[in-house]
Amino acid sequence: MSNKFIGKSVKRVEDKRFITGRGRYTDDIVLPGMTYAYILRSPYAHARIKSIDTSAAEAMEGVVTIMTGEEVGHYGVPCGWQVNFKNGDTMKEPPHPLLVKDKVRHVGDAVAMVVAESRELAQDAAEAIMIDYEVLPAVIDASKAVEEGAPLVHDDVPNNICFDWEIGNPKEEVDAALASASHITTLEFVNQRLAPNAMEPRSYIGQYDNVYDKYTLYTSTQNPHLIRLLMCAFVLGLPEHKVRVVGPDVGGGFGSKIYHYTEEALVTLASKKIGRPVKWTETRSEAFLTDAHGRDHVTKAEMGFDADGKIVGLRIKTFANLGAYLSTFSTAVPTYLHGTLLQGLYTTPKIHLDMTCVFTNTTAVDAYRGAGRPEATYLLERLLDLSALEMGVDPTELRLKNFIPAFDGVTQPGYQTNVALQYDSGNYHGVLQRGLEMLGYEDFRKAQAEAAKTNKLLGVGFSTYIEACGIAPSAVVGSLGARAGLYEVGQVRVQPTGKVSVFTGAHSHGQGHETTFAQVVADRLGIPMEDVDIIHGDSDTVAFGMGTYGSRSLAVGGSAIVKSLDKIIEKGAKIAAHKLECSVDDIEFIDGKFNVKGTDKSLGFGDIALTAYVPHVYPANLEPGLDFSSFYDPTNFTYPFGCHIAVVEVDKETGTTKIKRFIAVDDVGNVINPMIVDGQIHGGLAQGIGQALFEGVEYDENGQIINASYMDYTMPRADDFPMFELDRQVTPCPHNPLGVKGAGEAGCIGSTPAVTNAVIDALWSAGHKVKDIRMPLTSERVWRAMQS
Amino acid sequence: MPKITVTVNGTSHTSEVEGRLLLVHYLRDTLHLTGTHVGCDTSSCGACTIHLDGKAVKSCSMLAAQADGSTITTIEGLATGNELHPLQEGFKEEHGLQCGFCTPGMIMCAADLLSHNPNPSEQEIREGLEGNICRCTGYHNIVRAIQYAANKSLVVSE
Repeated sequence: MSNKFIGKSVKRVEDKRFITGRGRYTDDIVLPGMTYAYILRSPYAHARIKSIDTSAAEAMEGVVTIMTGEEVGHYGVPCGWQVNFKNGDTMKEPPHPLLVKDKVRHVGDAVAMVVAESRELAQDAAEAIMIDYEVLPAVIDASKAVEEGAPLVHDDVPNNICFDWEIGNPKEEVDAALASASHITTLEFVNQRLAPNAMEPRSYIGQYDNVYDKYTLYTSTQNPHLIRLLMCAFVLGLPEHKVRVVGPDVGGGFGSKIYHYTEEALVTLASKKIGRPVKWTETRSEAFLTDAHGRDHVTKAEMGFDADGKIVGLRIKTFANLGAYLSTFSTAVPTYLHGTLLQGLYTTPKIHLDMTCVFTNTTAVDAYRGAGRPEATYLLERLLDLSALEMGVDPTELRLKNFIPAFDGVTQPGYQTNVALQYDSGNYHGVLQRGLEMLGYEDFRKAQAEAAKTNKLLGVGFSTYIEACGIAPSAVVGSLGARAGLYEVGQVRVQPTGKVSVFTGAHSHGQGHETTFAQVVADRLGIPMEDVDIIHGDSDTVAFGMGTYGSRSLAVGGSAIVKSLDKIIEKGAKIAAHKLECSVDDIEFIDGKFNVKGTDKSLGFGDIALTAYVPHVYPANLEPGLDFSSFYDPTNFTYPFGCHIAVVEVDKETGTTKIKRFIAVDDVGNVINPMIVDGQIHGGLAQGIGQALFEGVEYDENGQIINASYMDYTMPRADDFPMFELDRQVTPCPHNPLGVKGAGEAGCIGSTPAVTNAVIDALWSAGHKVKDIRMPLTSERVWRAMQS
Repeated sequence: MPKITVTVNGTSHTSEVEGRLLLVHYLRDTLHLTGTHVGCDTSSCGACTIHLDGKAVKSCSMLAAQADGSTITTIEGLATGNELHPLQEGFKEEHGLQCGFCTPGMIMCAADLLSHNPNPSEQEIREGLEGNICRCTGYHNIVRAIQYAANKSLVVSE
């Protein structure tokens, strides 16, 4: 052990390749004899395919092959999480074919794939494919899809209901609690659909080698081994040892690259069929139509308070839109990643969520940064600030009154919620109080009162959030319906010269694992960081893994590496004891040296490594080599939390909102690299603020996305933000060896309601007692709210 | 097919190009300079930004044929040997990148900005990045990276 790197803002080791243009993303890879695929997609949201004629296209220049649903429609991609109806019935799980042959169910549904000598020739040929569609009425809105007589997305799914589900206390108890309340705040709102928009469009290359009967799939994925498992075992029936999946540099994911997409299996099949590599890279427009979206909840929530302002109950009815097909983790998001977070930071004694998950003629919805937890946080934090306005009390005092008291999870037990989870450790008052100090709350309220007399209103919005990260204990998620374990794998191979290769099943697509993980390894072994190489993303070199999502890489993947490091040190101590002729109990490992306690006798880490591989003087019954692999399965989720505060200026004449300040005090447990953690928070804030002010996938009544490009979908840009003001509190996670909780999603979970709350607060300051404005809070919507 | 001659990162290339070939695809597919990225199809994201005759240009917004006779610098040509450009250094020092996909375009855009305005204010930097989208960093550290480069260049030139 040493303490040179952990906790330090070490500059990233991966940066050099990216700043010099030498990153290697999937679309950068060119293989000999490569062909290019173009996928012909449905222009209609809902239509029967009466006929497909590919003959003219097949005769065109450069076309190698054309595949349709007739050929591959019997293959489909699976859902990875089974949720049951309230009555115990299994959820409806209609097939999601690689190519559709009977009925298209959303704009962008894949109908045919053309493989040609170039991308342009493939697209030319696709335009010559003749498809006769019988257009059907489409259903877009989840709450309308369940009505009698609504069009059926899947003919055998009544009322388009995939499943209904509930969590919390018995509904009668919640009803009784609310009946006794002295004030009830009711909020009906939409948590709008978002497009994740990782900057790198999805890209896949299938390559089949008929000499070795081996497939390689290069894929822009967050989890190569999971893709291999799903594609081999559940889609194509291929033997896993004959399939290599490589996730090279990946240009952002935010959830959208977790899932097993149909195109991964299509390029794999096509490469076998034609005996040449097949590359497919989506356009940005295709990304809007086919990358899984996020959010899309329609909710009615009621929070009851007693006369002292204590929360007595919370009752929620939500319709969650799953889109046309079940994406890999879609069913877990509105349920186990959302319903289980409705305790928030509060002691609410009675909670009930009634959830209906619905198919519509839209793009599939799945986890997007935060995944269910932003929806839960938005619901709770909007209710808290709105309740304070309605009751005429201070929103921070209302929170302090209802917070769960601090607990460390070591000397004090974890906090058991009413919605299944047990929080690990927390100090919720601390983050709010620190945020208020940074804000200068009293001065702000004075400035706000002055501003209320002008055309530039000021508002402040609070959000004190919690999330469940580091997913997840396999036994727990298994009991909740997950069809996979959620451990992680970390292998540490000490080379004979003492240099170290670390193989992790986590996948870095911006998170900086090559740096953070190396900091941990270097400190634990007492060696320089340059002596450590972090290897990820290739199923042929990394034994196994579950990948990166749910802020799990360090908490779960890092812990797996630590387990292997412990084994390395334990074995090293045995070798050292033998060479130094002492008992292993007398060996201590400090700063890269195995010392005999109380003496000056010592052997360096490199000496022990060399001895392990050149075992001439070596303990009996000990294997040579210094190479360990570990699986780490956590005992609980981790629970980061924090306080986000938005200060906005609203132009009374135009309704335009400007973020004046954004304060975030996050507690993500121990921090290995503060620079990287801050960067994760910054990015999350931008996405969360983006949801509040700018973003939203808009469908027309025919199921066309009317803003499916960067010309039309408003992405936050540099001049939309001030410099963010961050601070940190540290409450270590009590149940993993690094004490870390995860930081990838925090910014995106906490920030959105803070912004909406701030705009509402600004409007109330000028007497506009508005309960809700639908996100994104465009100038027009805010202006209209002030006119009503 | 049109025949073009362009000088890219100091090397002259003569190629026959299809009339519809975009400059970005010429750089990526013909010259294998894959540091220039394609992030959208509407010239909105700036991931494909290069320098054409000294000015920042989105290379998806022009045809390869239109570049005939021009001098182009891509991200691969920005460093001098092993010495990083101050902006490349700034992005590393200030953690101005995460996934790295927008980074080449951000750096090329910022280089153009600094060539016109060597000491920009925070607001001028933010407005100068209007044509480039980053989804990872929230722009916070990109702004600081450009400030780092501006400060370093000012010190060097003094």
